[in-house]
Amino acid sequence: MKRVALAILMVAALLAACGPASPPVPAKSTPQIEPPVPPTATPQPLMITVFAAASLTEAFTEIGKDFEAVHPGVTVTFNFASSGSLRTQLEQGAVADVFASANQTEMDTLITDNLAEANSTQIFLNNSLLVILPASNPANIQTLQDLARPGIKLVLGDTTVPAGKYARQILANLDKDPAFTSDFSTQVLANVVSNETNVKQVVAKTQLGEADAGIVYVSDAVAAPELKAIEFPTIDNVIAKYPISVLKSAPQPDLAADFIAYVLSPDGQAILKKWGFIPVAP
Amino acid sequence: MSLLNRFGRWLSTDRRPGWVFILPSLVLLVLLGLPIFAVFWKSVNAYFFTYALAPTALSALRLSLLTSSLSTLLAVAAGMPLAYILARWKFHGKTVLELLVDLPVVLPPSVAGLALLIAFGRQGVFGRWLVPLGISLPFTTAAVIMAQTFVAAPLFVRSAKIGFVEIDPQLEEAAIVEGASELQLFRSIMLPLAWRSLLTGIVLTWTRALGEFGATILFAGNLEGRTQTMPLAIYLGLEHSLGVALALSVMLVMVSVVLLGVLRKLEKKKYD
Repeated sequence: MKRVALAILMVAALLAACGPASPPVPAKSTPQIEPPVPPTATPQPLMITVFAAASLTEAFTEIGKDFEAVHPGVTVTFNFASSGSLRTQLEQGAVADVFASANQTEMDTLITDNLAEANSTQIFLNNSLLVILPASNPANIQTLQDLARPGIKLVLGDTTVPAGKYARQILANLDKDPAFTSDFSTQVLANVVSNETNVKQVVAKTQLGEADAGIVYVSDAVAAPELKAIEFPTIDNVIAKYPISVLKSAPQPDLAADFIAYVLSPDGQAILKKWGFIPVAP
Repeated sequence: MSLLNRFGRWLSTDRRPGWVFILPSLVLLVLLGLPIFAVFWKSVNAYFFTYALAPTALSALRLSLLTSSLSTLLAVAAGMPLAYILARWKFHGKTVLELLVDLPVVLPPSVAGLALLIAFGRQGVFGRWLVPLGISLPFTTAAVIMAQTFVAAPLFVRSAKIGFVEIDPQLEEAAIVEGASELQLFRSIMLPLAWRSLLTGIVLTWTRALGEFGATILFAGNLEGRTQTMPLAIYLGLEHSLGVALALSVMLVMVSVVLLGVLRKLEKKKYD
C-alpha cells in the first residue's frame, strides 16, 4: 500500500516537475522530405506556446512531441491548467500561440475580449465524464446510486473548472432519470469534501486513496488505468466539446495554425482517441 | 527629509557615485511596490464592498481568522516549552532537533502539503492508524490548522528561543540559588523578560498562518466554509471573479501592513 502511494507520488511529482514546460526534444537529424515550415529564410530555432486544459496533459504532450518530430527546429511549450486559469492568464497579458479549452465559455470570453480569432476557432474533440474510484475502493462503491450514501468522500472540480461544471450538470440530469431519486444530486453534492482547482487534482486525490470517488473525464481514467471506473448512462452524460484557436497575440501565427491542423489531422486525432477522447473527424 | 537633503547634495555637488546605490535600489523598489500599488488601484472602486462582503469572501475571512488564530495558539502552547528546552538545556541530538524545527521555514509549502498528506492522509504512513478510531484528517478544518502550524510554528519557536537565550544567565543562577524550581524560574524570570520576543514570534506566526496556501490546498483541499481560506479563495477567485480575489488581496495586504507595524514597534523598543 505504502509503496503504491509512494510510487504514485513520485510519478505525480515528476509530472508536476515537467508538466508546464515539456522538455525540449532535440530536432531529429534524419533527412526530411517535407520542407520545413518556418517562413523565415534561415532555419531559426522556433518555439510555440500552447495553453491547454489540464485534461489534455498526456495527449497534448504526445502530440507536441510528434509535431516537433515533423517540424525540425520547432519546440512546443505547454502550459496546462484549468481552462479558467489559462483564460485569466491570457487576459492579463500572457503571450501564447494556441489556446485549447475544455469548454466553449472560456473561448467565447477570449473572443469577446478580442484575444482569440473567432474564425480560426474549431471544435477538435469531444469528451465525456465518468466516476473514478481508488483501486482499493475504500467506500465499497458499486453503483452510481452508492454516491448518495452519507459519509462518502467525493471530490469534484471546482464550479469554476469545466470538469466541475460538467459533473454538476450530469448529476442534475440524473435527478430526472427514473433510476435515481429526484434529490439524488443534492445528496451527492452533500458528500463533496473538496472542490479541486483542476481536474488532475481530482485524479491525484483519488489515486492517493484520500477521496472515495471523483468525477473526471473519460480521458483522465485512461491516463490512470489503475483506478476503478463507473460510467454514467449515455443519455445523462455530458459531451464536452473542446475548442481550439490561434490567439491574436501569437508570435508564431502560422506555426500555431500548423499545430491546430496537426491536432485535427488523422495522426493527431488518433493520439487523442488513444487517450480516451472522442475524435471529431469521422 | 534628510533623504531629500542628501538627494539635493548629490545633485548640487558632483557626487555622482550616489547613483550607484540609488539606481539598483530603484529596480527592486519598483518590483516590490508596483504590484502592491496595482492591486489597490484595480480593487478600490465602487464595487469594492460588494466584493469584500460577498458570501465567499466573508466565509473565507471567517475561516482564515479562526484557523490562523488556532494554529498560532497551538504554536505558542507547544512551541514555548520547546523553545525553552532548546535555549536552556544541553543534550545529545539537540542540533538535529534544531534542524527539524528550522526546516519548514525554508521548505516549499507544496512539499509540506505533500508530506502531511503522505503522513496523515487516510492511506498515509501514520494516518491509517487513525482510521479505526473514525478519524480522517484530509479535507477537514483540522487539516488546515495542521498545515498552517507546520509552516508557521517554527517562526515562533525561533523567535522565542532567541528571547530565552538573550536572558542574562546570572539571573537564572541567582534564582536557582534562591531555591526556585524550573517552573518558577520559567514563570517569574524567563516569561517576563522574554515577552517581547514571544510577541514578535506570535505576530510572525500569525501572519504566516494567515497567508498559508500551498500546504493547505494539498492537504486540506478546497471547500467553502470548511477549508477554503483567504489565499485559496484568492486563487480560485482568479477563475470566476477577479473582483473578489482583489478585494481579499487588499484585505490581506492591509492586515499584513498593520502586523508589520506592530512588529516594527516591538523591535524598536527592544533595541532602544
